[in-house]
Amino acid sequence: MVYKKALNLSVTFLLIFILTGCASTRKNVEQILFGGGNNNEAEIVSNAIPGSSQDFTVNVGDRVFFATNSTSLDDDAKAILERQASWLELYPEISIIVEGHADERGTREYNIALSAKRADIAVSYLESLGIAGDRVETVPYGKERPVAACSSEACWSQNRRAVSVVITEE
Amino acid sequence: MINQMNRLILLFSLLLFFSTVSQAALEIDVSEGNLRPMPIAITTVIDKQNEQLGLGLDITKVIASDLAGSGLFYPINPKAFLEEVNSVDRNPNFNSWRVVNAEALFTAELISDNERFRINYKLWDTFSEKSLEANYLVFSKNKWRNVAHMIADTIYTRLTGEKGYFDTQIAFIAESGPKTNRMKRLAIMDQDGQNPILLTSGKDLVLTPRFSPNGKELVYLSYRNGQPQVYIYDIQSKQTYVVGTFPGMTFAPRFSPDGTKIIMSLQEGVGSNLFEMNLSNFDRKRLTNTSDINTAPSYSPDSRNIVFESDKSGTQQLYVMDAGGDNVRRISFGTGSYSTPVWSPRGDYIAFTKISKGRFMIGVMFADGSGERIITDGFHNEGPTWAPNGRVLMFFRESPGEDGGAMIYSVDITGYNERKIETPGYASDPSWSALMN
Repeated sequence: MVYKKALNLSVTFLLIFILTGCASTRKNVEQILFGGGNNNEAEIVSNAIPGSSQDFTVNVGDRVFFATNSTSLDDDAKAILERQASWLELYPEISIIVEGHADERGTREYNIALSAKRADIAVSYLESLGIAGDRVETVPYGKERPVAACSSEACWSQNRRAVSVVITEE
Repeated sequence: MINQMNRLILLFSLLLFFSTVSQAALEIDVSEGNLRPMPIAITTVIDKQNEQLGLGLDITKVIASDLAGSGLFYPINPKAFLEEVNSVDRNPNFNSWRVVNAEALFTAELISDNERFRINYKLWDTFSEKSLEANYLVFSKNKWRNVAHMIADTIYTRLTGEKGYFDTQIAFIAESGPKTNRMKRLAIMDQDGQNPILLTSGKDLVLTPRFSPNGKELVYLSYRNGQPQVYIYDIQSKQTYVVGTFPGMTFAPRFSPDGTKIIMSLQEGVGSNLFEMNLSNFDRKRLTNTSDINTAPSYSPDSRNIVFESDKSGTQQLYVMDAGGDNVRRISFGTGSYSTPVWSPRGDYIAFTKISKGRFMIGVMFADGSGERIITDGFHNEGPTWAPNGRVLMFFRESPGEDGGAMIYSVDITGYNERKIETPGYASDPSWSALMN
């Protein structure tokens, strides 16, 4: 844990250093931080304004996924949330809403409760990484807002998710 | 003839009984061939004064449609009738009705006085040649459908010994738009799908409406303040109000049988627990206190017990507890998970959604958990609701795929006589009202 915190801190400093710099150096840092060696990704990266919701979605990763009926965070999910926490530390004025979602293979009310649990677990993990609870709200959507509409595991796995949405100024 | 109907009811009961004991072959025990709907002659309502209005014919059609829709009656094609009925006062020629196999005969006439209508009607047993019912109703024109349903209810009751369910409404969610951003609106319609009325604009996501026992209010879930919360909608005044202020999300609401309380779930931390809210003084009472998902509560009709679902065992299962929250006992033990329990208005059965091997089924079991019987099985069936007589269920069935969506179906609790309710678009979350009049 201590090691992880230290790592997060160093990542944070690195990010501060880079993100306050010019866009061309950010591209390199993307590659260092997230292994984004792909040129296409780097292209998108360079267009996002640092601290914007696009920056968050594209460069950090706004969502984590869950197994069927599960509310546990796997290693991939934890890694994404750690990146989200680092980004949120960079922009302390920004708040987020974590939307919980479930796939269509459950009954409506149970899925609402399940998606609430997913959102809460993501938030608890962000809080454990030092993000203040008052910066994070949750909204459970159950199975009401799928991102993928097909009726097979390829879509259901995308729909079992917790999505962090940056609250933008009106 | 009445004995014959009683035999039909007995047959239903026997089928229920046998399908209950032989659980293995649930779906095929009841087949249409086993049941012979009673042939009934429904003569066109005589309307000498206002024939051009067609009101008599309209009422006749609704009565025939209700009775045929129940699966227990077979309205004989009027073209086969040998006798033309010109008056309800004269006794019919029973022989001419027996010849066309009519076991029961309905005759009626309309009399109007300005905007007031009066319908005089009679129901005859063509074999005993006795009158089973002779009555009248006075109504204003806009209530003609209710009147037709009320008469159909009377016929159903006289010939089956059961209460009717035709003069009822269904609250539901009207759906439109793409699957990834579906618009959902609160709506009501008559039990036969007629008179659909949209109650909300679609701006806010709304789900799971349930009728109050008097049919005047709906309790439902709305995202109008961002967070999902339980609201009440007053159908007459169109007013909406939130049911109490809770620290977290409230959902899965239902009225108590006397309409004075709401039971629902409150999400707290990682669990969801059941609360009862008194609507007169807003007192709230905690009924469960665990870190599991406890939801979908439904009172027994005598208000003494509550059935609900909980995943405390690892999967969703059904539990019954005393109305105060004590004496929790699990009642579902089959393969798979069980959810959305609803107690029958008769108190005998609990209807539920069952998920097993990737299939979604509607089933019923006795309140002690015995006698489980699956009524329909497929890709996705969910959310049963009871007709007020406890004989018929509605539920929604979702079709798979990108263009898939939900439609509402009704089915007899024997599994027989499944029918799709025609709605303007996709429709889900049905809730059956009590009898309206």
